[in-house]
Amino acid sequence: MSEITLTIDGREITTQPGRTILEAAEEHGIYIPRLCHLPGLKPFGGCRVCTVLVNGRSEAACTQPVAQGIVVENDTEQLRAWRRNIIEMLFVEGNHFCPSCEKSGDCELQALAYRMGISAPRHPFLWPRREVDASHPDVLIDHNRCILCARCARTSRDIDGKEVFGFVGRGPARKLTINPGARLVDSALDVTDQAVNACPVGAILRKRGAYATPVGRRHYDRAPIGSGIETPAELTIDRGDQP
Amino acid sequence: MSKPKVATCSLAGCFGCHMSFLDIDERILQLVELVDFGPSPINDLKHFTDRCRVGLVEGGCANAENVRVLREFRTHCDILVSMGYCATSGGIPAMRNLVSMEECLREAYMEGPSVHNPTGRVPGDLELPLLLDKVRPCHEVVKIDYHLPGCPPSADAIWAALCALVSDAPIELPYQLIKYD
Ligand code: SF4
Ligand code: SF4
Ligand code: FES
Repeated sequence: MSEITLTIDGREITTQPGRTILEAAEEHGIYIPRLCHLPGLKPFGGCRVCTVLVNGRSEAACTQPVAQGIVVENDTEQLRAWRRNIIEMLFVEGNHFCPSCEKSGDCELQALAYRMGISAPRHPFLWPRREVDASHPDVLIDHNRCILCARCARTSRDIDGKEVFGFVGRGPARKLTINPGARLVDSALDVTDQAVNACPVGAILRKRGAYATPVGRRHYDRAPIGSGIETPAELTIDRGDQP
Repeated sequence: MSKPKVATCSLAGCFGCHMSFLDIDERILQLVELVDFGPSPINDLKHFTDRCRVGLVEGGCANAENVRVLREFRTHCDILVSMGYCATSGGIPAMRNLVSMEECLREAYMEGPSVHNPTGRVPGDLELPLLLDKVRPCHEVVKIDYHLPGCPPSADAIWAALCALVSDAPIELPYQLIKYD
């Protein structure tokens, strides 16, 4: 089939049919922020961090396929404000104590907040009560930091072939569960499972590996998330104004 | 013209942000050229005598005394800055928000493995400020104008922010200076 042409923020790009907007953008060095998307997994569309406007309508760039002639808005003031809001809500709806978190510096949620210049979430903190499951000999789950992106569940199901993780409840009551029982030690999870590496935050951690990388050499210490895809933008601290 | 005044305080924090502030090293000589100090643990002044341009607040609010000091800072400072993760997000003291107050006090004063407390009672002297139900970041108590994250914010971040604020310049922090840890 012939190539497809579309524009992203006024820039015309060509791509193959069947790609998602996020993939097409990436091919051309345009970074669309994302959180629940993980290459190798089927598009999921859970977090909405990748929201773009397609001919004026909001769509998730990680699930929306490209189409001939569409006009995509990505890096606009409005979309940046929406995305910031999502990230800020994720911070207040869990319990994120970055200063003592094993994942700090390598965490995609934190890295997105840095990239967006979020100096503090503006929403009231909810301080939910959540558990830590340290029952497994090699892997730890801290539900306080889980953002319900389902990357672990999808990886376990589609790549490891195990379905170790599932979800119960809806809305604010939604929660990650372990199959078949409640504890990780009773599940089929092995430390070598790909699912262990799939978590973007510090909710699933390998034991005995914490704080191994010195500050300054962690993933997002020097360059913002996404800068592997595009040229890093000059980032400045948030001044608290929102359009 | 008189120099702008800067006030600082430590609420429910560990003084780490103030230590980081002192890490500006020899720039402290520039600092005394640039500003005068209002109340601050650095000069041990306890009360405001006149208005301050900038207030740097370390720590969130864990008790009634923290709230009183924070309100006083809001009243007397033109620009109020939450400095560090405890001030911006509650931080380590806010970990107590995940258990009930009763559980927390019982662990701290009665049942904790290293507790020596023959009276078996939780301190209840009237002189002690009452605890809040939850530890709050400063912006949940008063209006905060700027947030400077970090645990602690690096000396470079504090320096850059302070210099910009006292000279009315926009704060521009490079990516490497915005950290939550
Ligand atoms: S998971 Fe990420 S955002 Fe949450 S506490 Fe850890 S480093 Fe911070
Ligand atoms: S444990 Fe991690 S990968 Fe799984 S849903 Fe929670 S945040 Fe996502
Ligand atoms: S990355 Fe597209 S919805 Fe999460």
